Amino acid sequence: MKNLYRSILSFISVLALVFSFGTANAKVEGNTIVLGAAVSLTGKYSTNGEHTKNGYNLAVKRINDMGGVKVKGKSYKFKIIYYDDESNSKRAAQLAERLIKQDGVKYMLGPYSSGLTKAIAPVTEENKIPMVEANGASRSLFTKGYKYLFAVLSPANQYLEVAIDLAVEKNGGKPVRIAQAFEQDAFSQDVRLGVLDAAKRTGSKIIIDDKLPKELNDMAATLAKVKAVKPDVLVVSGHSKGALTAIRQISEMKVDVPMLAMTHCDASKLAKQHGAKSEFALCASQWHKTLTYKDKFFGDGIKYDKDFTKAYGYAPPYQAAESSAALLVFKDAFERANSFDTKKVRDALAKTEMQTFYGNIKFGSGGQNTAKPMVLFQVMCKSGKCENVVVAPTKWAAAELIHPIPPWSKRK
Amino acid sequence: MDFLVFQVPALTAQAILDGILLGILFALIAYGMALQWGVMNIINIAQGELVIMGGYIAYFMYMSGIHPAWGIFVSPVIMFFVGVFIYKLVINKVVDRDMFISILATFGISILMMQLMNFGFGSDVVVAQSDFGTTMLFNNSVTLPNSKIFSAVVSITCAILLTVYMKKSKLGRAIRATAQNARAAKILGVDTEKVYASTFGINAALCGVAGALVAITFTLHPYVGLPYTVRSFMIVIVAGLGNLPGVAISGMSLGVFEEFADYLLGTEFRIATVFFLLVFILLYRRFKLARKREYLK
Repeated sequence: MKNLYRSILSFISVLALVFSFGTANAKVEGNTIVLGAAVSLTGKYSTNGEHTKNGYNLAVKRINDMGGVKVKGKSYKFKIIYYDDESNSKRAAQLAERLIKQDGVKYMLGPYSSGLTKAIAPVTEENKIPMVEANGASRSLFTKGYKYLFAVLSPANQYLEVAIDLAVEKNGGKPVRIAQAFEQDAFSQDVRLGVLDAAKRTGSKIIIDDKLPKELNDMAATLAKVKAVKPDVLVVSGHSKGALTAIRQISEMKVDVPMLAMTHCDASKLAKQHGAKSEFALCASQWHKTLTYKDKFFGDGIKYDKDFTKAYGYAPPYQAAESSAALLVFKDAFERANSFDTKKVRDALAKTEMQTFYGNIKFGSGGQNTAKPMVLFQVMCKSGKCENVVVAPTKWAAAELIHPIPPWSKRK
Repeated sequence: MDFLVFQVPALTAQAILDGILLGILFALIAYGMALQWGVMNIINIAQGELVIMGGYIAYFMYMSGIHPAWGIFVSPVIMFFVGVFIYKLVINKVVDRDMFISILATFGISILMMQLMNFGFGSDVVVAQSDFGTTMLFNNSVTLPNSKIFSAVVSITCAILLTVYMKKSKLGRAIRATAQNARAAKILGVDTEKVYASTFGINAALCGVAGALVAITFTLHPYVGLPYTVRSFMIVIVAGLGNLPGVAISGMSLGVFEEFADYLLGTEFRIATVFFLLVFILLYRRFKLARKREYLK
């Protein structure tokens, strides 16, 4: 009887050992490293969710084709398990649980948008699963002390700081008068905080500070105020809807401002949808194909743009580029950790310092990328065709900033 | 910065005109809602989605090279049939049930329409360019987009046409009779089923017109329908049920009120203020009703 107990006990402990070995040594099946991602394939973020997925897939294919990930002398391939989070943060959190608990995924890629990343981060953090995310820029993600969250993109508060600096520079170093309108959501309000910081630093004055309700589709009142007080810079951020509404109403109400700084110009296809009306708008962007960063997988931005267009039939928005960069970061971390232990991979991620086609990547203590500045491009039109041209920082500027914006009475 | 609107007289004019133009467009949507509510006793939560769908029709005309303003003729025709189809599919099963069931049913329709539009048209925010230009008043200090003026003119025309149609036509009379007493109308030979279907169709057609106007004045996205539903609901509540001229007045005054709330309290409070006003009006009505003597006629 005693023997029977002993053999059952040892059988169970062997089983437990096998299982614990299996879990501690992560989700690696044969020669495949399995990553998990919940992205929005339906719902309101479906377009950007698609960009995110395409960005991930292109990088997986490229890394696998170029020899995969080398850990302990063996070559591994990447594979991603996707779920559709329906653009819903509750669903995203459930799916993160499912990926970790049921599918046994040990490394995660981020979803699209700050809101969904915020929903997933507590789950990955609790389970000590490293997550490299590429589409959540909200500052609040990086102030919670998360240890397993790494973002390849610049935090939201940096989006338009550069624009304020630029305005001050153009004003001969003297402080400027700023009018700003931000949507009331986590991301836009973070952008606002950045502008407030920049204003404080440069001694500039905020003369209009409107918070646009999410439901709002009309900002005529804000623009009428802007017309009355004539600021040096007008800053607007409210996702694609905000960008399109602003340009439509600024052009209709003939609001003259020397500088107009915005976000989401490329996501909303501003230059295409509004054409010459959007000319001279200054836009913050995480990435632009003309930047001169390089890596051995994608070459540079121009090559990435070409490869992506060939694979998916449209030019990559920055959401796709940053998603691809997330995979490059993971590969680099696995190779430096030379292990599949989640703790070791996490530590390697924290020490990341590399250049990708998308930009330099080095993580701060909160997990945000501190090595990559935002770029500003300006919409410029030539014979009816409008495109985004990088104007700042000066290092990558392809053209000089047009400042001040000519008044509407002088525009065609 | 405070009370800039009183320091700069042009801003006061701008606020009033903006409010009126904005209000008229919303009043058109509310008009359809009031009609449907009065006749069928249905609060249509999918009202905003019907507007957005109408907008997408104008947008696709714009994309295929036709001026989106023509959408005010094409969109209502298509939307009328969409409305009748929705009626035959769902609404006829809930029309004589209590209001809660119809709210649930139209809520379901609204979610379904959102997802279908997202599936079919994509989740990008889109705009249609009318290139109507701008009207400048008072030495260029007040600017009114012609697209908004166009919207207001079209909305008023639609409202007048509808009122005349309701008074003069056979169907209009049938609709009014059904609204007064559906059972009596049925006994006297009115095909109430047909009346309901056409009422729902007419409402959808009005939404179609409004949608085409939204496409050229604002932005379109599969998920932005709800604010239109809420706004038209509020306009109908403030106007009082069955009060069609009141809808226009309440639409415009809510618009103006909202603009002033923006200037005086800040943009973040404009919608909150309108809701506060709604609560106030409902309370006032309640007290007024409570004071009224009840008697038997």
